[in-house]
Amino acid sequence: MNARTLSPVAPSPKSSVRRWGPVTAGVVIWWSLYHWNRPFWDWVMFDVVGLKAGSRLGESVHFFFYDVSKIALLLTGVIYLVTILRSFMSVERTRALLGGRRQGLGNVAAAGLGVVTPFCSCSAVPVFIGFVAAGVPLGVTLSFLIASPMINEVAIVLLFGLFGWEITALYIGFGLVIATVAGMVLGKLNLERWVEPFVFETKLRGKVVDPSRGLTWDDRLQMAREEVVSILRKVWPFLLVGIGIGAAIHGWAPEDWFANHATGWWGVPLAVGVGVPLYSNAAGVLPLVEALHDKGLPMGTVLAFMMSVVALSVPEMVLLRRVLMPKLIATYVGVVATGILLTGFLFNAIL
Amino acid sequence: MNINILGSGCVNCKNLEKVTLAAMAELGLVADVEKVTDPGEIVSWGVMSTPALVIDDEVVVAGKVPAVADIKRLLTSR
Repeated sequence: MNARTLSPVAPSPKSSVRRWGPVTAGVVIWWSLYHWNRPFWDWVMFDVVGLKAGSRLGESVHFFFYDVSKIALLLTGVIYLVTILRSFMSVERTRALLGGRRQGLGNVAAAGLGVVTPFCSCSAVPVFIGFVAAGVPLGVTLSFLIASPMINEVAIVLLFGLFGWEITALYIGFGLVIATVAGMVLGKLNLERWVEPFVFETKLRGKVVDPSRGLTWDDRLQMAREEVVSILRKVWPFLLVGIGIGAAIHGWAPEDWFANHATGWWGVPLAVGVGVPLYSNAAGVLPLVEALHDKGLPMGTVLAFMMSVVALSVPEMVLLRRVLMPKLIATYVGVVATGILLTGFLFNAIL
Repeated sequence: MNINILGSGCVNCKNLEKVTLAAMAELGLVADVEKVTDPGEIVSWGVMSTPALVIDDEVVVAGKVPAVADIKRLLTSR
């Protein structure tokens, strides 16, 4: 018996009309809401409430409501879609794909799989042990663990919604490069001695259960609905605070303040220095950095800040402490932060 | 019947325990429920996606929290 037995015994499958009807209706409603979002808030704020368009207060309040609804809509749509696509993947399948790969190509594959594999940072420890115990090289495993949080769907949605597709593509591309190269560097350093010894002693005795097997379309659609609710529930406080601060900056910070004060070379290290210990998620950080960018903060600095907040988080390091010794965690943070730093410098130079 | 709940203390692991206990209560089932939180032991079950439910040494759910009705079905179909 395995996870598959859940579905066949489940209540009889829905007819395709009952299954896809609500999905189609959802798409139409979503598209209408997204399309009418700006005119709606223009009307509410400037005609009904009577705020003045172009005034500080008016623009800030309008920005807040418009942005909150836009991002909530984008998150809902993309998480729904991504969860359905990802339900065809699993960490178990990824491990099978990475098993026996060597450094180099293995790192590239791991970084790419880190993006498409459904993965919760709460599973970081079992995944780490599972990969290493199954013979996936340490550096390749770390490439996976770096790419997964850095290129997550929430970050991608927000980048796309706030900065457009060019910046999003650059972010994804450089995120993959950082994850690949950092994993290679960490692999070359032969840091196995700084991994807790029990990891290598773990024997895999059970039969591997792949949660992506045997799912019906009803299961996938239900998982997608649940994922949307669970992520929105998790990120909404961050989103409100981030957009709130962003709205205040939009309205009150002087135009070009950062362009005049923060374009020195030290901007990037400062952004990384602040970003690494800061615990938030993409939903809180991006509206903030969008506002900062709008006031003249250079793009490289903006991206470096965002990457360091999202990719390196204290809670994840605390979790990984169970399998990695502090020296290895420090090296890991150092190598990834260096990659982010270089990316920031490069972007500031070319953009 | 032996029931193990695998998970290192995340929110979903507690939810799985709650749901499992609720399903057992509804069925009036008595069994040993043991929580496994040690990551090494979790992995040695072949599980990487937590939380997971093990009934009589067999992994029946991994990587999600099913509904009470699903767990009841799993418990009675054995």
